[in-house]
Amino acid sequence: MTKKRKVSGTQKRLIPSYIFLIIVSFISVFPFYWMISAATNTTVEVARGKLSIGTHALENFQKLTASQDLWGALGNSFLYALVQTIVALFICSLAGYGFELYHDKNKDRVFNILLLAMMVPQVATMIPLFKMISKMKLLNTVWGFILPAISTPFLIMMFRQNSRNFPVDIMEAARIDGLSEFKIFFKMYMPIMKSTYAAAAVITFMNAWNAYLWPKVVMTDNRAQTMPMLIANLAAGYTVDYGVLMMGVLFCSIPTMIVFFVLQKQFAEGITGAVK
Amino acid sequence: MKNKKRTVTAKQHAAGWIYLAPATLLIAVMSFWPIIQAIITSFKTGSSANMQWAEPIIYNYKRMFQDQLFLRSVGNTFLYLLVEVPIMLVLAMLLAQILNNKDLKFKGFFRTCVFLPCATSLVSYSLIFKSLFATQGLMNSILIKLGILETNYNFLGNAASAKAIIIIALIWRWTGYNMVFFLAGLQNIEYSVYEAAKIDGANSWQTFWRITVPLLKPTIVMTAIMSINGTLQLFDESVNLTNGGPANSTITMSHYVYNNSFGTGVANFGYASAMAFFIFILVAVLSAINMKVGDKRD
Repeated sequence: MTKKRKVSGTQKRLIPSYIFLIIVSFISVFPFYWMISAATNTTVEVARGKLSIGTHALENFQKLTASQDLWGALGNSFLYALVQTIVALFICSLAGYGFELYHDKNKDRVFNILLLAMMVPQVATMIPLFKMISKMKLLNTVWGFILPAISTPFLIMMFRQNSRNFPVDIMEAARIDGLSEFKIFFKMYMPIMKSTYAAAAVITFMNAWNAYLWPKVVMTDNRAQTMPMLIANLAAGYTVDYGVLMMGVLFCSIPTMIVFFVLQKQFAEGITGAVK
Repeated sequence: MKNKKRTVTAKQHAAGWIYLAPATLLIAVMSFWPIIQAIITSFKTGSSANMQWAEPIIYNYKRMFQDQLFLRSVGNTFLYLLVEVPIMLVLAMLLAQILNNKDLKFKGFFRTCVFLPCATSLVSYSLIFKSLFATQGLMNSILIKLGILETNYNFLGNAASAKAIIIIALIWRWTGYNMVFFLAGLQNIEYSVYEAAKIDGANSWQTFWRITVPLLKPTIVMTAIMSINGTLQLFDESVNLTNGGPANSTITMSHYVYNNSFGTGVANFGYASAMAFFIFILVAVLSAINMKVGDKRD
């Protein structure tokens, strides 16, 4: 009896917290709901402030596919994001592994220099990179998209930090068993570190999917455009059809939202990944 | 025996360098080399095909500090930085503190809700906010229904309100993101510290400012560096939410650099590189200051 009263007393004191959280949660979620509702209504209904789910989803979708190459852009975004994720994970995990498990003074020095790249803003490198990529004839290709993004200090640091928990003893055991240095990486490091790989994959996929400035520079051909570029084009006209626009935004958001809901834990780990 | 062992370690040592080589070379070629080239380009003028050394050599830098539009973009970026970052970080810390309470129910649900804005791309949320605050948008109809506004107000057509909306949108998008860092940081604080504070009669406000904030200092420094870095490079929102408008009153530095290099106007790689290098210096200096300040209070 007294325990129950104590519990309800605690909950009573938490009422302001609950109210605050409900308000913040509502503000956080509402734009998503509105995006979905607007995607199902005509632009006139959206402008009138209609909030319920409408019946014009199909019509908006048809208008969207008629004016834009939706499937092309979706395919491009998936291709670029998947290739970037696979290549970046491989290269950065290899480096993180090397920096941590083979570390010596010189490697630590190199690592500290690489960290400086975190401070280099994208706008500062985009002009030389654009020239470089166009000289290599890689404009409008997946390689042009991913080359500047596959080796990042953030991912290297993430793998390096997480490698601290890697059991070094089994490496020695493997060496005695005659496993080559590279096989140790593929057969032992990769499986043991799979949760780090998962977190790194989620964050890299999200970043690649959401990239905007660099694709806008390097994807000069409409056929190579990504989803964020497509929806930005939708909104750039003089008259914007809000129903169609939000249908496009919805398509751009569905993949990242699925990743978010299914792999939220890995996403959070990926964001904070390099901090331990 | 001893000899054999040495060759093994030498081999291992060499293998270590092979692991690092691809990532290190890529960063050198894709980050460090371009920044050096950007510095060189910043001392040149002319179109991209035939660039020459500027006359005088610092011409682009001189021009930069006389360019009212560039100075405005610097001012705008700092306004976003100074208003948005503190509000967002305090809000994120507060939310993390509330969500860290072990008596709180529906924790997972609330956390997911607050974190959800991170699931949108920067272009997506910019367009959602642009639509919500359009002259014929939802915010206008709500404010009219509530009697706060009499006629539709062009939020994005007015410099002050357009800036405010960019700041609101930024807070919406990034608070949950930063909260994740604070939640991770709070998990390292022993619960007994809070118990002790409670016994000493501290209220939750005092607990927050006297215990949580000091103990979270490393996280605060890190999130501040990231937020400053991100805000100084703000691009997607400026392009898609307001398109820098009305009349360039909300344009950010990166947006202006883009307009001068790949935008609709005349491409001027030399001038754009000078401005971009200025942004690089800003990011580096502010991060360094932040780290120094963070160190000192230890």
